[in-house]
Amino acid sequence: MSILVYIEHAEGAIKKTSLEAVSYGKALSDKIGGGDVIAVALGAIDSGELKKAGIAGASKIIHDANDKLTAGVIQAHADAVAQVYNQVGANTLVLAKSSLGDAVAARLAIKLNAGLVSNVVDLPETSDGYKVKRSIYTGKAFAETVINTDHKILAVKKNAVDLLTDGAEADVESVSLSIDEANFATSITSTDKATGEILLPEADIVVSGGRGMKGPENWGMLEDLAKELGAATGCSKPVSDIGWRPHHEHVGQTGVKVAPTLYVAVGISGAIQHLAGVNSSKYIVVINKDPEAPFFKAADYGIVGDAFEVIPKLTEALKAIK
Amino acid sequence: MKILVCITHVPDTTSKIQFTDNNTKFDKNGVQFIIGPYDDYALARAVELKEQLNATLTVLNVGEAETEPTLRKALAIGADDAIRVNSFPKDSLFVAKQITAIAKENNYDLILMGRESIDFNGGMVHGMVGEMLGIPSISPVMKLEIEGTTVKMAREIEGGKEYLEASLPLIAGCQEPIAEWKIPNMRGIMSARTKPLNVVEPVDESTATEVMQFQLPPAKGAVKLVDKDNVEELVKLLKNDAKVL
Repeated sequence: MSILVYIEHAEGAIKKTSLEAVSYGKALSDKIGGGDVIAVALGAIDSGELKKAGIAGASKIIHDANDKLTAGVIQAHADAVAQVYNQVGANTLVLAKSSLGDAVAARLAIKLNAGLVSNVVDLPETSDGYKVKRSIYTGKAFAETVINTDHKILAVKKNAVDLLTDGAEADVESVSLSIDEANFATSITSTDKATGEILLPEADIVVSGGRGMKGPENWGMLEDLAKELGAATGCSKPVSDIGWRPHHEHVGQTGVKVAPTLYVAVGISGAIQHLAGVNSSKYIVVINKDPEAPFFKAADYGIVGDAFEVIPKLTEALKAIK
Repeated sequence: MKILVCITHVPDTTSKIQFTDNNTKFDKNGVQFIIGPYDDYALARAVELKEQLNATLTVLNVGEAETEPTLRKALAIGADDAIRVNSFPKDSLFVAKQITAIAKENNYDLILMGRESIDFNGGMVHGMVGEMLGIPSISPVMKLEIEGTTVKMAREIEGGKEYLEASLPLIAGCQEPIAEWKIPNMRGIMSARTKPLNVVEPVDESTATEVMQFQLPPAKGAVKLVDKDNVEELVKLLKNDAKVL
């Protein structure tokens, strides 16, 4: 019996959310006696980097370096993970919620006859059935959900457990899986992706701007603040709708849902649809010149003031404490 | 060309979420139900494709009789006929099995739905149906064009998008900006009253998961306001109290 963790990588590094998933697998194993925690990685990535999954809690990493798997073709990844899952005799699959992870997990639920729960926010309770707490209604509530099947898939939300950093590097076992060509029938022709930036869904700190920023030409000051904080930048729906910022930066009910330790909202009034995308944040700072802005009710800290005055001062104050 | 759009019947995005019966049931009191916002994008794109390709468009919901006004709205927006699988949607697997059974009977070329429902946010039904039907499932799709039997799509990934090509048949979970939401016009609303809405019974009652209890997040304390001329105070609070810097 073992726990398999599906890990993703980008730009030559394991994604931080995937390392968190490994730590979740380890914490799960420690809690319920789940056996070995084995990570599986697909596509071209340096095995020295993969060893780091051991530090986060994996005892072994299985790697198929097949370059056709480097791009995340959904069906091919689902096939590969199912093969590894069966080979290692796992009874639980853990993965981080992501664009690819979600799509792969759904197909695996059928392939493995596994009960799948997504948006998992805590370790399961197993004293009376297998109960998992998950976030629902876009962060407005939680549901205690029982999984009735022998095989289980848990798609874990960011910050469900603390990232472990005290493990030892683990061995990487290379495999060469045989994947049916039909599973590559969907071809990825190109990607258009910001590189070198901190990605919004994975960021520990997020700085977002709304219509109060008055125009895309004013984003520089938010980027300066974000840089000082080591943060990713986001925006409200109206801002991406009018094209000031790209859609993948839209935070909210129908955009990216973030769960950072600190969310800084500048010039965003705090419509309920925006709050739905940020309500899993640990701390929220709101900067708005309107003291009646509803966002203040959801905030931990607030400044009533003009963003154009406050933001440069805040950036300077952050520089000063370094 | 046959298109199926699966829609959810969910609380409006501005709804206050509350529970009853010792936190075991969703409190529908005062809540307005809508077509899931992501499903609405899928439906809007399907209506455009129907016009472009002279396709037929069926809309499907797994739900009890109360969801029929939501299906009628989809008919008013432009679907030709509707199917309601007469059951509470017990879990994602249950819903996926119902959709799969109907898809096997009707051989749709394209199946669209939202990337996820906004009540349970599972985002797994399209992938499950794709796997059960043995066809590609792509999500979240933000652009979808059909040229002959080739489907060209853009899928949102962290920090950007990837462009894909696949062949029909396929299933996609959709999100903005795949199309603009459509508002039904008077002619659509009138014609929706007489379009067929077929009710079928579920095929397989089994599930993999079950919700035992709901919980609301703890209430947020009052905001601590800092004077705009003293931003250093905010930095101190973040560093020493919240310990996030």
